[in-house]
Amino acid sequence: MNGVHDMGGMHGMGPVQPEQDEPVFHHRWEARVFALVRAMGKFGRWNIDAHRHQRELIPAAEQLRMSYYERWLAGFSGLLVRHGFLSAEELATGRPVEDASVAGSARLSPALPADKVPAFIASGSPASRKSASAPRFRAGQRVRARNLNPTGHTRLPRYARGKTGIVDRVHGVFVFPDTNAHFLGEHPQHVYSVRFEARELWGDAAAPQDSVHVDLWESYLEAG
Amino acid sequence: MPSDPALRVMALESLLVEKGLVDPQALDALIEAYEHRIGPHNGAKVVAKAWQDPGYKARLLTDAGAAIAELGFGGLQGEHMVAVENTPTVHNLVVCTLCSCYPYPLLGLPPVWYKSAPYRSRAVIDPRGVLREFGLELPAETEVRVWDSTAELRYLVLPQRPAGTEGMSEAQLASLITRDTMIGVALVQTPSGAGAR
Repeated sequence: MNGVHDMGGMHGMGPVQPEQDEPVFHHRWEARVFALVRAMGKFGRWNIDAHRHQRELIPAAEQLRMSYYERWLAGFSGLLVRHGFLSAEELATGRPVEDASVAGSARLSPALPADKVPAFIASGSPASRKSASAPRFRAGQRVRARNLNPTGHTRLPRYARGKTGIVDRVHGVFVFPDTNAHFLGEHPQHVYSVRFEARELWGDAAAPQDSVHVDLWESYLEAG
Repeated sequence: MPSDPALRVMALESLLVEKGLVDPQALDALIEAYEHRIGPHNGAKVVAKAWQDPGYKARLLTDAGAAIAELGFGGLQGEHMVAVENTPTVHNLVVCTLCSCYPYPLLGLPPVWYKSAPYRSRAVIDPRGVLREFGLELPAETEVRVWDSTAELRYLVLPQRPAGTEGMSEAQLASLITRDTMIGVALVQTPSGAGAR
């Protein structure tokens, strides 16, 4: 979707403001929401693409006003209801309701235990998939990012659409976010690092030797 | 639920704990891991080893995931790693314009500025201007390569080793390597303050 989360190339956001000796979390609730999202991710009821898309769906003006972990909290709350871990009533009242129609229960979904956390972090959640399919493009080949404007989730940033670049690396086969975010299957595809000259993206004001490398799925690309 | 995020998260946590979906001690363990165990000191070890050991550096640049696994790092949000090398002529900078993707196992959780609209919007269109806001003025002839983490690949910048560090041990070198140098918004400084690109 052409949302405000797709920020590459925008102006007017102000200067970058690095903070000296920044803590990992600024408030305890940020740490708790981070951990809650990770711990609930264990159930595999949603995926990273769906989680990202849920945050993209926050109304634009609110998204820009919210902090990073406020967006996480909003996206997470939405996913809990959507996937039946909480009812809308429980979310609104903060009180558990005895209701068999609510899917989330300790019996169905045992919680991630503390002693499994190190293994949970160490194993991660690889997005690569085995595939016998040959990549359509090779390193050094000229490609064009297609001018796609889907209303759902995509990882093709607006600033690259319609632009021509050179395949720099062939990364392998990965889950396709555009379908996975909507629970329409993983449909794995080859992913390429495509090098776009800064001038191709931004015009003659850019330095002639500079470039932006963007990781793009095969169906975002056509031979250039 | 209350609108104040602190109260809201507290209510959400007690709900999920009450339903048996979350073990609060697992939350503590997750937070402890990212506050104390997993952070830029991990990435610094990788960079210092690459500076000292040419064979390791070659492995890091061809298969970063396997190379960082040699040091025991990997996992969540570092499942697919790529290392990009700064040289006297090339400077690399990492961003995620679509969200805030970041190599957790090597750098920990991202700082607020990395997740902020100013950085995400301008790192791709005006990297030199962004670097100036970090106090880094690159020569006009340097080639700037920006890496936008739009897929599940996570990028580590291998910064340049500063002059005057030839006699240092890996541990001493690691102490010079900051988070910002591995994102590409700073150069590694020697204790005397002389930097190298």
